[in-house]
Amino acid sequence: MSAPLIPISGLAVSNRQEMGKNLAKGGCSSSSCGSSAGPADMDPETWAKVKDHPCYSEEAHHYFARMHVAVSPACNIQCNYCNRKYDCANESRPGVVSERLTPEQAARKVLAVAAEVPQLSVLGIAGPGDAAYDWRKTKATFDLVSQRLPDIKLCLSSNGLALPDHIDEIVAMNIDHVTITINAIDPEIGAQIVPWIFYERKRRTGVEAATILRDRQLQALEMLHERGVLVKVNSVLIPGINDDHLIEVNKAVKARGAFLHNIMPLISDPAHGTHFGLTGQRGPTAAELKKVQDACAGGANLMRHCRQCRADAVGLLGEDRGQDFTLDKLPEEIEDAPEAREAYRAWVAEERKDRQAAAGLAEQAAAAAEAPTLFAVCTRGSGRINLHFGKATEFQIYEADADGISFVGHRRADNYCLGGYGDAERMDEIIKVLDDVPYVLCQMIGNGPRKRLADAGIEAIDSLGEEYIETAIASILQSRRAHRDQAAQGA
Amino acid sequence: MSFRIVESNCTACGACEFECPNAAISYTGGTFVIDPDKCTECAGQYENPQCAEVCPVPETCIPV
Repeated sequence: MSAPLIPISGLAVSNRQEMGKNLAKGGCSSSSCGSSAGPADMDPETWAKVKDHPCYSEEAHHYFARMHVAVSPACNIQCNYCNRKYDCANESRPGVVSERLTPEQAARKVLAVAAEVPQLSVLGIAGPGDAAYDWRKTKATFDLVSQRLPDIKLCLSSNGLALPDHIDEIVAMNIDHVTITINAIDPEIGAQIVPWIFYERKRRTGVEAATILRDRQLQALEMLHERGVLVKVNSVLIPGINDDHLIEVNKAVKARGAFLHNIMPLISDPAHGTHFGLTGQRGPTAAELKKVQDACAGGANLMRHCRQCRADAVGLLGEDRGQDFTLDKLPEEIEDAPEAREAYRAWVAEERKDRQAAAGLAEQAAAAAEAPTLFAVCTRGSGRINLHFGKATEFQIYEADADGISFVGHRRADNYCLGGYGDAERMDEIIKVLDDVPYVLCQMIGNGPRKRLADAGIEAIDSLGEEYIETAIASILQSRRAHRDQAAQGA
Repeated sequence: MSFRIVESNCTACGACEFECPNAAISYTGGTFVIDPDKCTECAGQYENPQCAEVCPVPETCIPV
């Protein structure tokens, strides 16, 4: 079967043109009308590299899917947030997988997914273990996949220690995207996060280890940047250890050419058996994370749409179909369907133009000096409101203010482990995570949940189902403004 | 003189196999095993046995 997951038919929205016309009447009073991370914001060469990569472009993450294969389990460092013995099928976070694959098994799995998921554009190798240290397996997998699927982009994620040894091969394999996890520039801080590294045949600890690791990471970043490879830097935000320091990390990686900086919250739980989990080191709150991200504004561009996915995730960000493609479920014969991916990409190209035009108009309309307002959106991709409230396990958060409408992050409502929650607990969790969000936009919502939200001061709006997110938000702001003006005139 | 791998601790990551200078380590039946005939404990080769140096789980690569 090779039908797209998002049916291409039925996407036409009856009132879109009409709404666009209405919106066009609004003027632009904002200093910035550009929509986020589109082709207008970067040079054509860079845009060509990121436009299909959901992790490197916020815009692309609405359309394209990635998959990870866990082929390189060996690692050359120990991190205090990692426990190599842990696995749970319901757990969604980095480093967790349900099965490890040989390069041949991994290539079969990629073929099977590519044949069924036309949104697939990227194959990543991102642990558990280190893709650059366990390089033979990483390279073997990439070689097998690029022979069969030349249109799938390859990317890898590494702690950086072994990366400088493989730069030429990475460039030769046309890998355009490499992620390096850098949690500290100051070795005193680094030593609190990484207890040891294995380097040049010796286990090294403390500040010595952290210094070597830092130097190798920055060397890899510089080498890759010089060769035109886009580098994303991941940093784990650990309250009390590197929260004040990440602004220095941001500056240092920007100075060496990092394309994107992804500051992620520490995930910590005693049940995971990590050093941080067992010693009670907590993760940051959403507000603490946003504060650090905001403090880094003006430095390296921040990624705010990371879902901290599993190391064997498959699908759009925020969706994981990994369990549909375990080894035992792969068909004997796999027939690739490159034409479906091609058709999907052609559709995306058109859809993008359309969405960008709609978003541009919407931003102009919304820009009239609104107080900042947050919107929680239920979506399964394409930049549209197209998911039932009851099916949403996360919300995309948009902020409308005088600068326009922008994506500011996502919030999960399943607390990493959906299985353990009943409906009542789930609603409690949703109301908690949407504490400062007055509007929920969804395709549909039942009366019970609508009332629960209303009681918590959150208005659920399902009359704009299938609309583009920015367009819908602009129309809400417009009608709110009209309502206010009317009230003012009446008074 | 040889090292062995404590099977119940082994995560089967394979880092030890990767680093062993004597090709003494292989994957057998879900875990890694050290061939005592080939293992030299890295004597004369490295300061410390490489398997124990790189292993992510404490007390897993230990002397027989």
